[in-house]
Amino acid sequence: MLLIPCPYCGFPRPEIEFRHAGEAHLMRPEEPASDEAYAAFLYERENPKGIAAERWRHVHGCGRYFNALRDTVSDRILAVYKPGEVRPEVAS
Amino acid sequence: MSGFRATSGGRFDRARRVSFTFDGVAYLGHPGDTLASALMANGVSLVGRSFKYHRPRGVLAAGAEEPNALVTVDRGPGRITPNCRATEVELFEGLVARSQNRFPSLGFDLGAINSMLKPLFPAGFYYKTFMGPAINGKAKFWNRLFEPLIRRAAGLGAAPTEPDPDAYASLFAHCEVLVVGSGEAGLRAALSASENPAVRVILCEMDHDFGGWLLADPTGARFRDEAIATLRTRPNVRLLSRTQCFGLFLQGFVGLVERVTDHLADPAIDAPRERLWQVRAGRIVIATGAIERPLVFPDNDRPGVMLSSAAHILQGRYGVLPGRAIVVATATDAAYRTAFALADGGARIEAILDRRDHAGERVRAEAEARGIRVETGLTLLGTTGKKHVTGVSYAPMQNQDLRGPSQVIACDTLLVSGGFTPTLHLLSQARGSLRWDEPLSAFVPDKVPENINIAGLASGDFPPELRGAALGLLPGNDDKSALAFVDFQNDVTARDIRLATREGFRSIEHVKRYTTTGMATDQGKTSNINALSIAAESLSQSLPKTGHTTFRMPYVPVTFGTLAGAYRAELFDPIRRTPMHDLAEKRGAVFEDIGLWKRAHAFPRAGESVKAAVQRETRTVREHVGIFDASTLGKIEVTGRDAAAFLDRIYANPVANLAPGRCRYALMLNEAGFLIEDGIVARLSDQRFHITTTTGGVGKVLHLLEDYRQTEFIDLDCFLAPVTEHWAVIAVQGPKAREVIAPLIEGINVAADAMPHMTIREGRLTGVPCRLMRASFTGERGFEVNVPADFGFFAMEALLARAEGLGGGLYGLEAMHILRAEKGYIIIGQETDGTVTPHDLGLGWAMGKAPRDFIGKRGLARPDLLAKGRKQLVGLLPDDPAVVLEEGAQIILQHEPSTGIAAQGHVTSAYFSPNLGRGFALAMLKDGRNRMGEVVTIPMPGERVLARIVSPVFLDPEGRALHG
Ligand SMILES: [Zn+2]
Repeated sequence: MLLIPCPYCGFPRPEIEFRHAGEAHLMRPEEPASDEAYAAFLYERENPKGIAAERWRHVHGCGRYFNALRDTVSDRILAVYKPGEVRPEVAS
Repeated sequence: MSGFRATSGGRFDRARRVSFTFDGVAYLGHPGDTLASALMANGVSLVGRSFKYHRPRGVLAAGAEEPNALVTVDRGPGRITPNCRATEVELFEGLVARSQNRFPSLGFDLGAINSMLKPLFPAGFYYKTFMGPAINGKAKFWNRLFEPLIRRAAGLGAAPTEPDPDAYASLFAHCEVLVVGSGEAGLRAALSASENPAVRVILCEMDHDFGGWLLADPTGARFRDEAIATLRTRPNVRLLSRTQCFGLFLQGFVGLVERVTDHLADPAIDAPRERLWQVRAGRIVIATGAIERPLVFPDNDRPGVMLSSAAHILQGRYGVLPGRAIVVATATDAAYRTAFALADGGARIEAILDRRDHAGERVRAEAEARGIRVETGLTLLGTTGKKHVTGVSYAPMQNQDLRGPSQVIACDTLLVSGGFTPTLHLLSQARGSLRWDEPLSAFVPDKVPENINIAGLASGDFPPELRGAALGLLPGNDDKSALAFVDFQNDVTARDIRLATREGFRSIEHVKRYTTTGMATDQGKTSNINALSIAAESLSQSLPKTGHTTFRMPYVPVTFGTLAGAYRAELFDPIRRTPMHDLAEKRGAVFEDIGLWKRAHAFPRAGESVKAAVQRETRTVREHVGIFDASTLGKIEVTGRDAAAFLDRIYANPVANLAPGRCRYALMLNEAGFLIEDGIVARLSDQRFHITTTTGGVGKVLHLLEDYRQTEFIDLDCFLAPVTEHWAVIAVQGPKAREVIAPLIEGINVAADAMPHMTIREGRLTGVPCRLMRASFTGERGFEVNVPADFGFFAMEALLARAEGLGGGLYGLEAMHILRAEKGYIIIGQETDGTVTPHDLGLGWAMGKAPRDFIGKRGLARPDLLAKGRKQLVGLLPDDPAVVLEEGAQIILQHEPSTGIAAQGHVTSAYFSPNLGRGFALAMLKDGRNRMGEVVTIPMPGERVLARIVSPVFLDPEGRALHG
């Protein structure tokens, strides 16, 4: 079970306090968006082997959404940060 | 009969006795015994029948790795535990245990005939035999003949049929260091880690006593006792015996199961049977020791054949000798030590048969000094005996060839030692890796995660006497020989594994599945390395290249009770009841499960069928007035300066222009443009909205709205409060709805012109604060009365009394469904399936004409969503008015379709309407709105139904009944 620190509440906490909310940093294409660009926004995801930026919600805590970097190989959370903050540089 | 209790030695309570039964026969043992040691002390060596061939089997090992001695422990109804390892079952007064997989008795087992049919049970037997032939598309032989036979003949113990009456506890724990295993290495690790009082240490041991091998070794007893005494004085140490570490997960998360009462004759009534520990450990020390391997040669499975280490433990810990005339067959020096210990205990060592050419100097000298006959450089060719071993045959070897004729030595016990395997299941579970150590002939730790240490024998750091190995089928034996068992529990032989490789299985994972080796409840703890070795040899490749199979949790079987813990029955599947539940119950409601909610399906009267009640209720609403419990509707209050702007972006409908006191039916789309939710948006004041969602959708909607509020529309200032449980909702629907509520309402003018359709007012109902909404999901004049939940029961009672005085009454969920379908009102999840747009449903009007942005707007403009030929909502009237279509039935255009014709749509809702006097349906049909009046065919069980396509609004298309 993952340990996830909440950027609002602090401390690594057990995964069961959280709910996964999909890939982070998805950008809605600028209007007018082509059908291809919009379809990519809707359906295309990175799914990397390595560091994935994802959104989580501390649903059984503060209720806030935040971003996390998770290494999909070691399955560890490497960093967490608030929405709007720049994705931090980390090594896996 | 062979085993017996020596007059001295062991670590059990020799002074006291306990009685127990095995297969109905009473025996005596001592506190501190296991069932296995007590049975052996009583001379009982036949304890089970094997899985496939029903071969007689005795105790092979000493602990969790035991493959043979599986028993059922019976503690009364619902407390029958099958497949317990007799080597782990603690003896207590009154223990009742039974052997398994035999009929009619252990001594005379009809299933043993399988043993004579062994050519019929090769590797892959199940796959080869039952893949065909199919008759009329049905695997007839499998279903009717083979499966029932095999299920009866091949199996383990039977699961209990009664519910489990025991309670199971669960707790979380945290520690800096978790030590798994309390042998010498585990004790040393715990002692050293706990010297610092700030370091919390948990030491868990699967056995009922701490010490591991030290319990069997008189020279180690003092260290063991002192270590435990020291650890007990340290407040930062928690010692858990009878506690199995069954799984290592990510980041130091560990699953332990503690057996709390199974060893007690008379457990406290409130004690849990088992306890699940979910431990988060900073560091984990794996000190799980090593497991001895048997030797693979013909008839190596007879009762009386035992692992050397198991016999050593039996003698050292329980004071029991496995037999009187013992032969030791070995590839290690350790088995010599066993022979010496048993000789000291009073057994006669007939011979030590050493597979190797030379034994270690020290053990060889001691054997000579003791006058024990030692033969070296030999192979084993078989055993004699039926239900117990009576002798062992061997022959001298030179290189890979027999060097002389075979000889037989008579004995009543054969101890075997094929080498030792470090117990590294937990390391594998933690994603560590193993490497083959050739000199040790064992897999040892390779990559070890940074939070894990391996200590003692598990690390592969073997003392010289534990080194040495005889892997695979011993030379001098071939496939024509008798059965040479590798996996004792699944009855897999050396021949099976060779056959699998000959048939083309090369991956060890495939060989495992094809032969089922290592797939029994013991997961091949004693057999995996021998199986691998035979596969590697027959594939002519090295063992490391062959690789090993994956170890998965749990290390030993874990009860469902422990994993479920308190989450059973209502705590597993909670029931939600509305505040008016008791009223519905009193009125004879038949309930229906909607998600977790209990909702009244209908209210049949005495002598009335449910069907008839639904029809009556449906008519009552249209003719008089009906009262309906709508409390399960999801409700969210949206407040704040930008609440209107926020909802305006969320909903496909314009919301910003909604005047305070007004309501609007509103649609929620996802980014792709598909409809995901509907409900009513009511504006209470400039900065306060009351919105409703579907019963099942509120959690999802709140999550979604929070997502947009927190991460997308961060420029907007508003707040969301879930208020589903705060408000009880009573729908009052029908031509007489106003008459029902008017005398009960205070502070609200409910006159038609003062409170028209789709408005909301705040006031009081019989003195209780209320939000009164003029809304209708029936097509009739309607009000939805929201009162604080605590008043729901009384409000509903008052409204019902009024309604009944006017010829009205309660109606349930099914009548509500018919009423809304008659009007063509959709239900999310019934008419929609995640691929439906508002346009498809004829709800395009809801989005308004003024240009504005909202979620799903861009999605709706995608080419596929604008394309012609999309499925659209239509009504269907079957030609035969008595017919009610099946929901989900497919719709085709031709009456006699040729094969391969695709369906053009499907039925989404179908009912019998008392108001229409016929069956009717809603459907999603390709290009449906252009097909009005056409006749379609709906295949139904046993018939084809013709139906005409009509408007989905069956009643009052102008909506006159809503108003006034
Ligand atoms: Zn938080």
